[in-house]
Amino acid sequence: MIPEKHIRTDVLVCGGTGCKSAGSAEVIEAFKREVAKKGLEDEVAVVQTGCHGFCEHGPLVIVYPEGTFYCQVTAADVPEIVETHLYKGRIVERLLYREPITHESVPKYSEIGFYKKQERRVLANCGAINPEDINEYIAVGGYEGLMKALTTMTREEVVEEVKKSGLRGRGGAGFPTGLKWGFCKASLGKKKYIICNADEGDPGAFMDRSVLEGDPHKILEGMAIGAYAIGADEGYIYVRAEYPLAIKRLKIAIAQAEKTGFLGENIFGTGFSFTLHIKEGAGAFVCGEETALMASIEGRRGMPRPRPPFPAVAGLWGKPTNINNVETWANVPLIIAKGSEWYTACGTPTSRGTKIFALTGKINNTGLAEVPMGITMREIIYDIGGGIVGGKKFKAVQIGGPSGGCLPESMLDLPVDYDSLIAAGAMMGSGGLVVMDEDTCMVDVAKFFLNFTQSESCGKCTPCREGTKRMLEILTRITEGQGREGDIELLEELAGNIKASALCGLGQTAPNPVLSTLKYFRNEYEAHIKEKRCPAGACAKLANYVITDACKGCGLCARNCPVGAISGKIKEKHVIDQEICIKCGACMTNCPFKAITKG
Amino acid sequence: MKSLEDLKALREKLQSDMKVRREAGTKIIIGMGTCGIAAGAREVMAAILDELSLQNLKDVQVQQTGCIGMCEKEVLVDVVKPGEPRITYGKVTPKDVKKIIVDHVMHGKIVEELVVGKIEQ
Repeated sequence: MIPEKHIRTDVLVCGGTGCKSAGSAEVIEAFKREVAKKGLEDEVAVVQTGCHGFCEHGPLVIVYPEGTFYCQVTAADVPEIVETHLYKGRIVERLLYREPITHESVPKYSEIGFYKKQERRVLANCGAINPEDINEYIAVGGYEGLMKALTTMTREEVVEEVKKSGLRGRGGAGFPTGLKWGFCKASLGKKKYIICNADEGDPGAFMDRSVLEGDPHKILEGMAIGAYAIGADEGYIYVRAEYPLAIKRLKIAIAQAEKTGFLGENIFGTGFSFTLHIKEGAGAFVCGEETALMASIEGRRGMPRPRPPFPAVAGLWGKPTNINNVETWANVPLIIAKGSEWYTACGTPTSRGTKIFALTGKINNTGLAEVPMGITMREIIYDIGGGIVGGKKFKAVQIGGPSGGCLPESMLDLPVDYDSLIAAGAMMGSGGLVVMDEDTCMVDVAKFFLNFTQSESCGKCTPCREGTKRMLEILTRITEGQGREGDIELLEELAGNIKASALCGLGQTAPNPVLSTLKYFRNEYEAHIKEKRCPAGACAKLANYVITDACKGCGLCARNCPVGAISGKIKEKHVIDQEICIKCGACMTNCPFKAITKG
Repeated sequence: MKSLEDLKALREKLQSDMKVRREAGTKIIIGMGTCGIAAGAREVMAAILDELSLQNLKDVQVQQTGCIGMCEKEVLVDVVKPGEPRITYGKVTPKDVKKIIVDHVMHGKIVEELVVGKIEQ
């Protein structure tokens, strides 16, 4: 027998969607080519992994055993890494991550500020294993939760364990998962279904996609445990077609799990059978609502229906159905394998475990961060997120997507959990965090999110269809300087009515961005309406460009003005004619003395 | 596969394929400066990798390092066993590799005639 070659180095290249779009496929090809060229193919393995979450700096490459973390690697960098690092064992300094404040280079994955405060439980395997190889999942303890449930626990015990863990739905509303399972388990009927809601649609949120791409077997395992607990034998993963890589990896994972015997008929000879299907959604935001989602699986138009009956009683094709979100399912194998006691050690009394946040907006380290519940917003934004881009001032953070709200600086020390966020006028939502700096207009932000929900409204119920449209009209005229006295009150009245009367969660939460910005930034609305002024200087139609006394009279602004609105003698202060000015900002951009202000 | 024990056994077996991504037991570090390579470090490394696979020592990590200034003694090979001093071997040739791995890595007996230094961890 020829002994297996001793692989001394693993080169892990991120193959998540973010890194792929930045060119990681070419990087992998280049590594394979260069490693072969140097004759190292028997000692170096090149492995494609899922997302590491540090998408801002992709494509990412990690070289083990050293654990060296290379950022923004292009195919052109690969020969140098192979020659210098893999062949000679020297780190390629210039490709290391540099901390934004100290500019110090950090060679090790584990020492980067972005990762230090994280508690990667759900994301532990993302970026660490090859998602297209079931053996790597098994090697890190995969499917042991399912095996434990099937061979050592009754269905009741599984439901009880999830209840004890305190796990709450990660899709947004935070309903206790164990309770939900209990309802479905108690429903009468032989045929039951399990559904994974992977219709991730909040602007800026991509945690579900990363888990599906980076650790698909974890979802399969979680769903199989759930199916066993409630007595289902069939399941659906409802994933949007815009996630082709997630779909591809799920298909590979399902085929491998069936082949290995973790899915299919009579699993491990226990008599439990479970088959899984993938349903590709067309990308309508409303299909994230459970009744609309089930209508879509059944082949009907994705529209919600009134509840009750709840899906646990009459769901997919009228059968009892349990729906959970991707991140919720991903927590399940951990709870069963390690026990609810281990699980509850992390988090706050009412919100156990961790939550994944997608950091976007004016923040230095955009990406995915998994943190223990109860961490403060300040820690997430400054310690993990690296602070605000360009050293600007923090203004607000939008949390929970279109259903959530904006929190101001005074709320930064709020411990983040389900209940504290609701109390503050926002919500956990799926975990999108959009960070905004001083240049952001809060009325404009409210308008952006309302525009989103308005165009995603399915139109079935009047409050959502008409109400959000009217609210958007009012917001639009406020940002255009046409706001009227009484508009704020009208917005509040409409918001209250829509919240109280819309059919589904989309409509009921659509006014939240408006209400929370009104709560914390009411003065900005008033400035727009009463003074026809945008304090952040973001609303183009309200911007007034003014030349200050710092003007040296060089005339550069007048030459750059496309409409000839600026006049003045050379070496004397110039003036902008507000009647002619089209607010393009070309003068300000070109002024060498920073003598033009916007207000 | 019928039980959790079966699955755990499979996990142990599969883990060895991902060993380099975890903290290992023993580390072997080879000097890969220009001096080391010129003195035949690549050949020594190849011999080490071959010997490790021959002995089926999955738990040993092989790392490289740059020149440490003792170019005269290249090829330098360090062996670090957990909780033991770091032993540096000098003027290592491919034919010394078997002895280092069998005597020191496997049986804990330092190959005295090749030692050039010892660093307490």
